[in-house]
Amino acid sequence: MAEFLAYLIAGIATGAIYALAAIGFTLVWQTSQTINFAQGEFVMLPAVLVLLAIKLFGAPIWLGALIGIAAFILIFGVGFKLAVVDPMIRHGVLPLAIATMALSIIMKEGAKDGFSAEAQKFPSFVPTETISVFGAAISLQHVAIIAVAFAVIGLLQWFVGGTKLGRQMQATAQNPTVARILGIPVERMVLLTFVINAALAVVASVLISPIYLAKFSNGEVIGLFAFIAAIVGGFNQVRGALVGGLIVGIVDSMAAAYISTSYRLAVPLVLLVIVILLKPEGLMGRKEERRV
Amino acid sequence: MKKHWIIAAAFGMAVSLPALAQDKVKLVDVVELSGAGATAGTNWKNGIDLAVADINAKGGILGKQIEIVHYDTQTNPGNTRAAVQRAIDEGTYAVLGPVFSGPIGASMQIAQRAEIAQLVGGEAAGLTKQGNQYLFRTSLSQTAAMPKIAKYLKDTVKAGSVAVVWVNNDFGKGGRDAIIPELEKAGIKLAVDVATEQGQADFAADAIKVKNSNADAIFVYLNEEESARFLRAAKQQGITKPMVGETTLLGAKVIELAGDAANGVKGHVGLSIDAPIPAFQEFGKKFQAKYNYVSDHNGMKGYMAVYMVKWATEKQKKFDKKGVADTLRGATIKTSDEPGILIETTIEKNGDLDRESFLAEVKDGKQVITATLPKINP
Repeated sequence: MAEFLAYLIAGIATGAIYALAAIGFTLVWQTSQTINFAQGEFVMLPAVLVLLAIKLFGAPIWLGALIGIAAFILIFGVGFKLAVVDPMIRHGVLPLAIATMALSIIMKEGAKDGFSAEAQKFPSFVPTETISVFGAAISLQHVAIIAVAFAVIGLLQWFVGGTKLGRQMQATAQNPTVARILGIPVERMVLLTFVINAALAVVASVLISPIYLAKFSNGEVIGLFAFIAAIVGGFNQVRGALVGGLIVGIVDSMAAAYISTSYRLAVPLVLLVIVILLKPEGLMGRKEERRV
Repeated sequence: MKKHWIIAAAFGMAVSLPALAQDKVKLVDVVELSGAGATAGTNWKNGIDLAVADINAKGGILGKQIEIVHYDTQTNPGNTRAAVQRAIDEGTYAVLGPVFSGPIGASMQIAQRAEIAQLVGGEAAGLTKQGNQYLFRTSLSQTAAMPKIAKYLKDTVKAGSVAVVWVNNDFGKGGRDAIIPELEKAGIKLAVDVATEQGQADFAADAIKVKNSNADAIFVYLNEEESARFLRAAKQQGITKPMVGETTLLGAKVIELAGDAANGVKGHVGLSIDAPIPAFQEFGKKFQAKYNYVSDHNGMKGYMAVYMVKWATEKQKKFDKKGVADTLRGATIKTSDEPGILIETTIEKNGDLDRESFLAEVKDGKQVITATLPKINP
């Protein structure tokens, strides 16, 4: 029981990170009907920028964090929308998707050449102690990841469903044309979505980098698993991304524990295939109809 | 009139170019500067650059300056093959690198076919069992290291059972396949056998698995970054059993990345700037002064690789590519003959090395040498 609980908590913690990144996939999908293939790099880069700010300005950790995070949200929230999405979306979703692939490479190679090809230590804001729960040693870092990720997702849900601004954002995602007729500032709402996506990526980055270390290639695994999570949960639902992330995290942890450490990476992919075959819209997703 | 001068100057430069080229000997380093091997590869490259700068400052090899070129393999076997071929096509005097055993295995036949010495940083036992007369290690082989580890686990750690955590690549698989028979010979039970992936980021499940095996000790055989991540995950899970490793686990980069989680790690190290050998410590100081960080064993290996080439060339008193390999095979390089080798090194016929090695422990974020082990064949 204790063993199972330890695997479960570890899986939920990892899954919470995937969920944060997966929500980014769904937000971009809802506003621009495209897949951001740089989503994994969005989670990798904030940690690198924080360390870069500390290195360049000799800043203390808190100031470095502020500079790095602000720079990331500005460049990859606002900048991504204005410099990549807006010019490309006019040409259709496929060019935009390809542009995000290019962005992913630029971010990865930029982090590698501009900062370091080696992994770097990232400060943890949580002690690395463990607590005992029903005989299982639970890491405080995992508890912190779960608590912060769930709090952020809860806050997002409240914002989207419980505030005027959030409802405007939702309306924009559902039908931009009607939203515009109703007087909603659609462009501003779309921009806000991208800023929220960047902020979620920052949270994921700060939570996971003390464990994974900060490295230019971290986005590959996170991006892949978050993408799987978004499909498993439902690409058009924020709560679907949350559920998908948790399922993928737990399945990954349990596969390593009870099936095989050698084949653990294959198990989420098998799950993906099963979900696509049985419920293509995802476990929590809704079917979308298109007129052709 | 001015035109004549320009033509004369251009002609003069053209004539002098081959002469300039003749004053240099080209060495190409094919190494992991990005990807999973970036940490090891960067240290290796910096060690090479340090040696080249030292040698060139003292007049080069037989009066020729070394021209060093580095190619990044991205820790990709295919890229490594291409880079080794390119090095040979460009007329390299010897091939330096790579460090990771997988890419070495994929590329070593190219240098062999060209009859050019290839000095590598890999430790996988299988590399020198293929009859390649042109491959030379700069580190001890797993075959030499694992019996020492098993003995250490039995006699010093007093472990009755051991969990083995290894990375599923040529390096890790070679280590795993070498340690398990040695554990059996020593009467130590294998508690759990955990394979992990190269570049793996999340080790929580692996750490839980190891913890629940109730092994008396854990033998960790991963690459640098993964070693650090595993140690952190182990600390997260409250694992208090002794962590034992072979060279990599006790390396400077792992200690830096793992932080407190590295404290208490024990094991065998082939090379260390903390060893009680003045030449090692001097190298460590020079490396730190130049690169502003502490060298791990890979930095030392890169440094020694260049000096092995220098020693072989000076021994044969001429620049003969094939002769480098012939001279190195079966030789013993003493520090009195070539101080750059740092420690007396015997090169076996198959390219393996024999030299003193060390037992070490990480205390307060520093590697502390606890014993010096003799050569296998003193």
